[in-house]
Amino acid sequence: MTPIDIPTSRPKTPDAVTEPPVVRYLLTGVALSFLGLFLLLPLAAVFVEAFSGGIGVYLDAIRNPDTLAAVRLTLVAAGVSIVLNTIFGIGAAWLIAKFDFPGKSLLITLIDLPFTVSPVISGLIFVLLFGAQGLLGPWLSDAGIRIVFAVPGIVLATVFVTFPFVARELIPLMQEQGTDEEEAAVVLGAGPWKTFWRVTLPNIKWGLLYGVILCNARAMGEFGAVSVVSGHIRGVTNTLPLHIEILYNEYNFAASFAVASLLTLLAVATLVVKSLVERSAARRLTPVTQNTTS
Amino acid sequence: MLLVQKRHSVLPGFGLSLGYTVFYLTLLLFIPLGALFLKTSTLSWNAFWVTVTDPRVVAAYQLSFTTAFVAASINAVFGLLVAWVLVRYTFPGKKVFDAAVDLPFALPTAVAGISLTAVLAPNGWIGQFLDPLGIKTVFTPLGIIIALTFIGLPFVVRTVQPVLEDLDKDVEEAAASLGASRWATFRRVILPAIFPSLLTGFALSFARALGEYGSIVFISGNMPFKTEVVPLLIMTKLEQYDYTGATAIAIVMLVFSFLLLFLINILQRWSGTRTVR
Repeated sequence: MTPIDIPTSRPKTPDAVTEPPVVRYLLTGVALSFLGLFLLLPLAAVFVEAFSGGIGVYLDAIRNPDTLAAVRLTLVAAGVSIVLNTIFGIGAAWLIAKFDFPGKSLLITLIDLPFTVSPVISGLIFVLLFGAQGLLGPWLSDAGIRIVFAVPGIVLATVFVTFPFVARELIPLMQEQGTDEEEAAVVLGAGPWKTFWRVTLPNIKWGLLYGVILCNARAMGEFGAVSVVSGHIRGVTNTLPLHIEILYNEYNFAASFAVASLLTLLAVATLVVKSLVERSAARRLTPVTQNTTS
Repeated sequence: MLLVQKRHSVLPGFGLSLGYTVFYLTLLLFIPLGALFLKTSTLSWNAFWVTVTDPRVVAAYQLSFTTAFVAASINAVFGLLVAWVLVRYTFPGKKVFDAAVDLPFALPTAVAGISLTAVLAPNGWIGQFLDPLGIKTVFTPLGIIIALTFIGLPFVVRTVQPVLEDLDKDVEEAAASLGASRWATFRRVILPAIFPSLLTGFALSFARALGEYGSIVFISGNMPFKTEVVPLLIMTKLEQYDYTGATAIAIVMLVFSFLLLFLINILQRWSGTRTVR
């Protein structure tokens, strides 16, 4: 143990748990400059580049039939992903949060898996399964079904990379809420669906919405996995991110950034909704958190 | 597989939710991953070894690990700083900056890629200042590091931030009243408390950077031995219809991902950030 010098003048409490103003301003300045340089500057660059050719070029790029086809495919892939992964997310969260069984932590790890797997590998596994040289390839081509380099492959890859989002939001939330309210409902005679609709769903609605928003943002923006399974057929298997890549590689920068600006608006909207959801969830949970932390 | 042996519960839906979860994961996860491992097993050990020890592949692994490590380290330092400033200080526009931290999660990687390339190009907003200094970022490993830093930042901020918020100020007051300087308090009291979460954020950011594709593809220029990271190499092999080569490289990458996931799980259990307290 090192001896501790007790200062003769006792430090005032407010100053003791913070830094001198100079340090505070300096740290804040460095942190905000970093955020501005790394996050806000690229964000602004998208819009500046998008309008670099004038508003006419911008509108032409967006009204282009290939762009509109890409918008449609992106909406389809995102729509299917949201529906399937929301059902899965609620089911998995119910299972993990409400019951105890061996293998639970393994199951949670498996649900996280798409987050750690490279998007390129996520696409590759579907090519190896359904591609011409893949396991089911010969059988599928005999049956005349195309999955890879066609729309089903894009939807599958998108569902794969986005399946953790809803489950991941709901699991900790439902674990925290416990099982008391549902047990009371069941004991009082409510059926399974009534218990879910009237007790569980109102409790998890903000977390659910949050998960769906994140799932949607990733589904619409997924690039690597979709790139592997798409085959880049213009107007057929091009999603918005893939369309951005094609335009960019053709040196059609203004059009590329114009399409990118659509996805950037989606990202900004996602962040706005996300902070609104967080704020309403926080307001709802305030009494609880205050009790547990203070 | 999972052993069905639940503790007695009055709640309905155990069988249904277990069945559905396992069914969905089998369809989406086990069968496709099984296909990958089955494909690898058709490779002879020799062919596998020749593929993964090819100098170009080894160079890609080295580049991927180095750039991911540097980017995750930058994120650990600046992510901690950003989390600190957001939790401890008040300043105008704080809510906007707080929300903006999640931008890399929400912005599609391809958009981030072309945007960073535009900003860093020799005639871009930042590139025009770096170019006269002889600093090249586009088509160099430095550009890859910048892209990976962008992608990984939220991981560190969002794992450290809640721990910092929950930190008890009494301990800091005690340290101060016992005569510790502010810096000593930070180093001896605060840092040990947030260190597990900082390490978790570092590992998450590193794991994400290792597999990243979309934000790098535009800025790297994809030159073998110079700026070709592993996901780009897998993509190149696929475009040449070299499925066995792509699979062999992917398997090695996947093993590293699993190891990292395992490590992150241990870290998260240690730091307690995973489950809400």
